[in-house]
Amino acid sequence: MTSHDSTRAVRLAVVSAGLSEPSSTRLLADRLAEATRVALRTDADVAAGMDVEVTTVELRDVATEIAHNLTTGFAGGSLREAIGKVTEADGLIAVTPVFSASYSGLFKSFFDVLEKDALAGKPVLLGATGGTPRHSLVLEHAMRPLFSYLRAVAVPTAVYAATDDWAAPDDGVTPSLPRRIARAGGELAGLIAPRAATRDARPEEPDVVPFEQQLAALRVED
Amino acid sequence: MTATPIQFGIFTVGDVTPDPTTGRTPTEHERIKAMLAIALKAEEVGLDVFATGEHHNPPFVPSSPTTMLGYLAARTERLILSTSTTLITTNDPVKIAEDFAMLQHLAEGRADVMMGRGNTGPVYPWFGQDIRQGIPLAIENYALLRRLWTEDVVDWQGRFRTPLQGFTSTPRPLDGVPPFVWHGSIRSPEIAEQAAYYGDGFFANNIFWPNEHFKRLIGLYRDRFEHYGHGTREQALVGLGGQVFMRRRSQDAVREFRPYFDNAPVYGHGPSLEEFTDQTPLTVGSPQEVVEKTLTFRESFGDYQRQLFLMDHAGLPLKTVLEQLDMLGEEVVPVLRKEMAARRPAGTADAPTHAARVAAERSAPAAGRTSEQTAGEQNEKGAAV
Repeated sequence: MTSHDSTRAVRLAVVSAGLSEPSSTRLLADRLAEATRVALRTDADVAAGMDVEVTTVELRDVATEIAHNLTTGFAGGSLREAIGKVTEADGLIAVTPVFSASYSGLFKSFFDVLEKDALAGKPVLLGATGGTPRHSLVLEHAMRPLFSYLRAVAVPTAVYAATDDWAAPDDGVTPSLPRRIARAGGELAGLIAPRAATRDARPEEPDVVPFEQQLAALRVED
Repeated sequence: MTATPIQFGIFTVGDVTPDPTTGRTPTEHERIKAMLAIALKAEEVGLDVFATGEHHNPPFVPSSPTTMLGYLAARTERLILSTSTTLITTNDPVKIAEDFAMLQHLAEGRADVMMGRGNTGPVYPWFGQDIRQGIPLAIENYALLRRLWTEDVVDWQGRFRTPLQGFTSTPRPLDGVPPFVWHGSIRSPEIAEQAAYYGDGFFANNIFWPNEHFKRLIGLYRDRFEHYGHGTREQALVGLGGQVFMRRRSQDAVREFRPYFDNAPVYGHGPSLEEFTDQTPLTVGSPQEVVEKTLTFRESFGDYQRQLFLMDHAGLPLKTVLEQLDMLGEEVVPVLRKEMAARRPAGTADAPTHAARVAAERSAPAAGRTSEQTAGEQNEKGAAV
């Protein structure tokens, strides 16, 4: 079972909450996706040449539908499609700009409208961008707890890119942005590969718990 | 009462909402009287069903549905009186059994009930319950309610309520046949499964959400109805919601309804009227457009047994609602009855009525109850041993 046809490609979803076009958030998201793709394609330890399909969701494009979902309780067409890409992916890269000491409200709202268990067990790579490196702990103090709550599996390296990082040399003390990106991508690839390889073997969740079981559950503690 | 393939009616939330065009808020008394006038109008224009919500917090008035429906029972001749929904989670199932059996007697059988869980968090603790137990409460309470209606003397012990020893719920159901039960749900497959297990009706309140979601939910109910041996999936008993505002000319309907839509509880200040009509059953237009949109429901969900329209929320004045009901009764429902009957495949179940259920009970063999026990009920007894 060594063939990797296209139906077995790894599905990598990228969520970017950047607001300008082009945005440095999207730039970081794309770099993280590429690093993950390269690691999956080339790192013999993890995946031995898996194909990777990257789909990117720009939250800006579905911002209005996210707001409507909050008021109506259901997702419109484009948002439903975006949610599908994220929930069906083997791994997720989530990147936000830092607003007022945290992730942006738009970023949070997208994850607020997902079903409760939609990201449970899903490997996630976290990234954030900001004008100054002084906000970098947003990754650890805001993003990581959010994804822990959602029971996603966040990789150890989260990547923060301040404006200066885009031109900073490797100073031998702190790893440069490209090195952090490569390390994080490698970590995400390492979590995705075994999941993607066994994806088709996992049983589908049943639509509903049979009623006898629901009744029996209530009588167990009689 | 002759067989009706599909029942048409209205359901009301009972909200007290300011009229956005005048800023005036009706008093609770005015709103309650308006609900009664609307129900009487429903019978006058030839509709089959009036259903009221149950709420225990402002701005809603109908906290006591069987009181209201009992009054209507005395003032109507043909109308089926129902709920949308009765809170199976926070009401005592013993009181539901008693109240609806009494209503059934007062209404000469023109009463049924739709079970729902309720989505207002604080109502649970106010009534001594825990919202996180919503589904288990719905399951245990309903299992008890059924026994109270079908067994004369009940010994019972469960998780959520004081045990009962030698309890008889009075009055006994009219003609020994309990009120028909619908289970209402917007999102929970567990409730579709519950309705299917018992062979009860499943009412999908589809008015706020897109079609695809309800296709899955109703499809699940139909599959499981067949699985539990109550009949084919086409014989399952399905109810649907709808929401309309009509004027002779489409553009007049849109112009008049827009301020009510834009400020409506639940979906106001969200998507535009155009987006919402595109994605949900809401129709704002001519009676002909309402007919066309409603006829698409059976294409999406299969032929069904009950169609309830929401007509009176968001602060619409009583006079306007009564005009709407005239149009619904005179120009929409007669066409829908004819068109749906013409499209209905043979073997589709008729809408449930007390008379038909009594007739079915009487025509069953004398040893009756065991032989007509459903697969679901037998399984339930098995599980209880």
